[in-house]
Amino acid sequence: MSNGRIVGTSVPRREGRDKVAGKSRYVDDMNLPGLLYGATVRSRIPRGKITNITFGPGIDWNEFVIVSSKDIPGKNCIALIEDDQPCLADGAVNHPEEPILLLAHPDRHLLPQAVEAVSIEYELLSAIFSIEESESGSEIIWGRDNIFKTYLIEKGDVDRVWEHADFVVEGEYTTGAQEQLYIENNGMVAAFDADRGLTVWGSLQCPFYVHKALVKLCGLPAERVRVVQMETGGAFGGKEEYPSMIAGHAALLAMKSGRPVKIIYDRMEDMTATTKRHPSRTRHRTAVSKDGKILGGEIDFTIDGGAYATLSSVVLSRGTIHAGGAYYWPNIRISSKAVATNAPPHGAFRGFGAPQSLFALERHMDRIARVVGLSPEEIRRRNSLKSGQDTTTGQTVREEIDLGKLLDRAMELSGYQAKTKHFAEANRGNVSRKKGIGIASFLHGAGFTGSGERYLASVVGVEACPDGKLRVLVSSAEFGQGTNTILCQIAAEALGLRYEDVEIARPDTQEVPNSGPTVASRTAMVVGQLVHSAALGIKQTLIASGLLRESYTPEEFRDACRSYVVRHGTFRSTAEYEPPNDVFWDDKTYRGSAYAAFAWAVYVAEVTVDLTTYSVTVDDFVALQEIGKVLHPVLAKGQIIGGVAQAIGFALYEKVIWDKGRMQNGQMTNYIMPTSSDLPPIRVYFEELGNTHGAFGAKGIGELPMDGPAPAIVNAVENALGISFDSIPLLPEDIFDALTKAQQEERQSARVGGSS
Amino acid sequence: MSARSEQRAKQELSLTVNGRRVTVCVHPMERLLDVLRHELGLTGTKEGCGEGECGSCSVLLDGMLVNSCLVPVMQAKNGEVITIEGLSPDGRLHPLQQAFLECGGAQCGICTPGMILAAFHLLRAKPRPTIEEIQEGLSGNLCRCTGYTQILEAIAEAVRRGVVE
Repeated sequence: MSNGRIVGTSVPRREGRDKVAGKSRYVDDMNLPGLLYGATVRSRIPRGKITNITFGPGIDWNEFVIVSSKDIPGKNCIALIEDDQPCLADGAVNHPEEPILLLAHPDRHLLPQAVEAVSIEYELLSAIFSIEESESGSEIIWGRDNIFKTYLIEKGDVDRVWEHADFVVEGEYTTGAQEQLYIENNGMVAAFDADRGLTVWGSLQCPFYVHKALVKLCGLPAERVRVVQMETGGAFGGKEEYPSMIAGHAALLAMKSGRPVKIIYDRMEDMTATTKRHPSRTRHRTAVSKDGKILGGEIDFTIDGGAYATLSSVVLSRGTIHAGGAYYWPNIRISSKAVATNAPPHGAFRGFGAPQSLFALERHMDRIARVVGLSPEEIRRRNSLKSGQDTTTGQTVREEIDLGKLLDRAMELSGYQAKTKHFAEANRGNVSRKKGIGIASFLHGAGFTGSGERYLASVVGVEACPDGKLRVLVSSAEFGQGTNTILCQIAAEALGLRYEDVEIARPDTQEVPNSGPTVASRTAMVVGQLVHSAALGIKQTLIASGLLRESYTPEEFRDACRSYVVRHGTFRSTAEYEPPNDVFWDDKTYRGSAYAAFAWAVYVAEVTVDLTTYSVTVDDFVALQEIGKVLHPVLAKGQIIGGVAQAIGFALYEKVIWDKGRMQNGQMTNYIMPTSSDLPPIRVYFEELGNTHGAFGAKGIGELPMDGPAPAIVNAVENALGISFDSIPLLPEDIFDALTKAQQEERQSARVGGSS
Repeated sequence: MSARSEQRAKQELSLTVNGRRVTVCVHPMERLLDVLRHELGLTGTKEGCGEGECGSCSVLLDGMLVNSCLVPVMQAKNGEVITIEGLSPDGRLHPLQQAFLECGGAQCGICTPGMILAAFHLLRAKPRPTIEEIQEGLSGNLCRCTGYTQILEAIAEAVRRGVVE
């Protein structure tokens, strides 16, 4: 029945009408009778023992509900991968902003003063704040060696390549922390009663992560904990793990007080206390032949995980596997590690480690090009990974991808050759503005890394309702990407129905099966495919029961559903993930097929560097990608443009200022994200090669656009100025410093030259 | 104790919201944002930063686009306020809302009410704005999802359809 009517068209966003009308219900729009407001008392120091807590004068403490770690009915942890992060500090703190106590009161205006009135005394312990300090082992703050996780990828024999190399190219690259900066701050409402158990409503990406954490923290049986996702105002990874913390806090206050409790963070609390993108350092050493072929290389990739393990091991894994990028490496050794520092734990943010290691690689490719004497485009062309070749983990590329063709098209769309020539001429002499152009070619794996999807074993349901409409049942959350819309499209398309014949349930752990977390560019490909199968299950049952013929109209399908429900009651079809035969990952050796599919891209950035203000503006941006099948052109384009915009922020604007592990600029006033006036036209183009593993050929799309823009932009800045920059964010003061230094060196060498 | 003193300080004041005259009894320094959301139940107005940076709480006050998180309610006394709910009073979407829906102008939706009111305000002053004027008109409203392009397209589309007052 697949006739392409719905998939591939831009139907209206499923919940869009409510959003534009201001009717959507976000967590802060909820109210319950007897509601209390909750607030969190946090550590003001990076590391130490708590010696005394005093509740100061001027506050009627009897009016407040107060919760400490002693009130936790279950285990004091936020269950995730390792259970090392406490929900509330018990005697010791390991980072600034670590939660220590919780307060609740009916009048939210009284909470800030009350939080201020709690004074906590500490015995200070030495703390560490950088990757280098953590590596030095001068202070051990986590485990035996400050190391959360290491990985090693080895392919071929890299130790033997150096003797044959015409060039050995080395570089070190760093990226900073980045705040997700969803416009809706984190928030949760919790209610507890002895009969119904615990219910939590909130802004979140992964209902069953929160559920798992609450079961363990509150010591309740799974069936007495219910998690409901409210409309969520942006997430980008920032609502993958920390919502479990806030849900835990609201739950503890609700259980102690017997009243519903709402916790809504203000902007500064959200920015300073919750997760950010992991800062990173990547070292490259590459052996290259004189014709520009990579012979082999060593990559050392390190990320700063903050004070607790949280998601660092999986962020590290994706970053490690993407470190070799879209190139063929006959020999390689990638060593990586996530280390502990006394900062709030870093976490998931769109791209999940890949933007960090790919920034390094794509800058390094330009460095190699310069050393060898080839153009940035040519060095990429000569080393691109081809169909049939193996990735660094030994995964054979089965997609019919031709990066050379993508490069050709991107060069043409951006006018790359002509502009390179033109800018080189225009930049000569004493100009006040210099122009540059830069490229990045890269890939991004769709779905959980390695055997992740196997372990998740996601389940999806499709239900026929009494009115004959279908309802998709998934825990995959909508937070702007278009989950609701594309999953309804897929179900409708699979059955030859109309888009409006299919609805989608709100993610509620009591209503929907666990289709896994809404992360890792997995929803369109993995969950979408399962929705497709589950939808077909409905049709099969209807035909088998004699209520539907093989060919039918949407009306007949609806009638058949109605009749079936009348006769048999609830009618659900479920589908569970089955690992594809050709995708196998070996956890022990860390080798195999890391992802069922990769999306591929070539991005081109054109910049102007103003030599009066030292600011960089992006003038034009071409984003060309192969993402399998475009399910919804408007949403797909929106994902790419939005990701590119965040990555422009990552490259040029967004700098977290740290002081002893605490973010100092936790406000939108001084942490700068792009406005509508800061962004260039972002021109989006797709190639569609399809994908046997995804619904109607879809691959992942959400994270891809975060990977390429930063290196393309910094490559363009180097093209403009002839100076290499290897750290982001790249701010005007960094450019000023580099240019001043270059001028001084020039003057000095002129003086030396003159006197000889 | 403090709750009682709060009570004493409350005052009655009237304002017109989406064409309807309302009277509320609140502290005069209460933020207009809170009065709209908590007293009047108009939760379409969103809080993003609470310091006038993000524009999510934008509403029109006497024809001016304001951040309602920065306006003490006494400043709106006897004033005329338009919120997102006022743009589709009979349930029919305003042409700007329709264009945002179709062109991908709303993703997560949290900045959308403020963004649409900023566009509404812009088009009242400049019915045929250039792209630069649209960018300028929206520069007080932050969006983290869209990269703005499809928002600009939505506004241009609404203008093209020529149905905006």
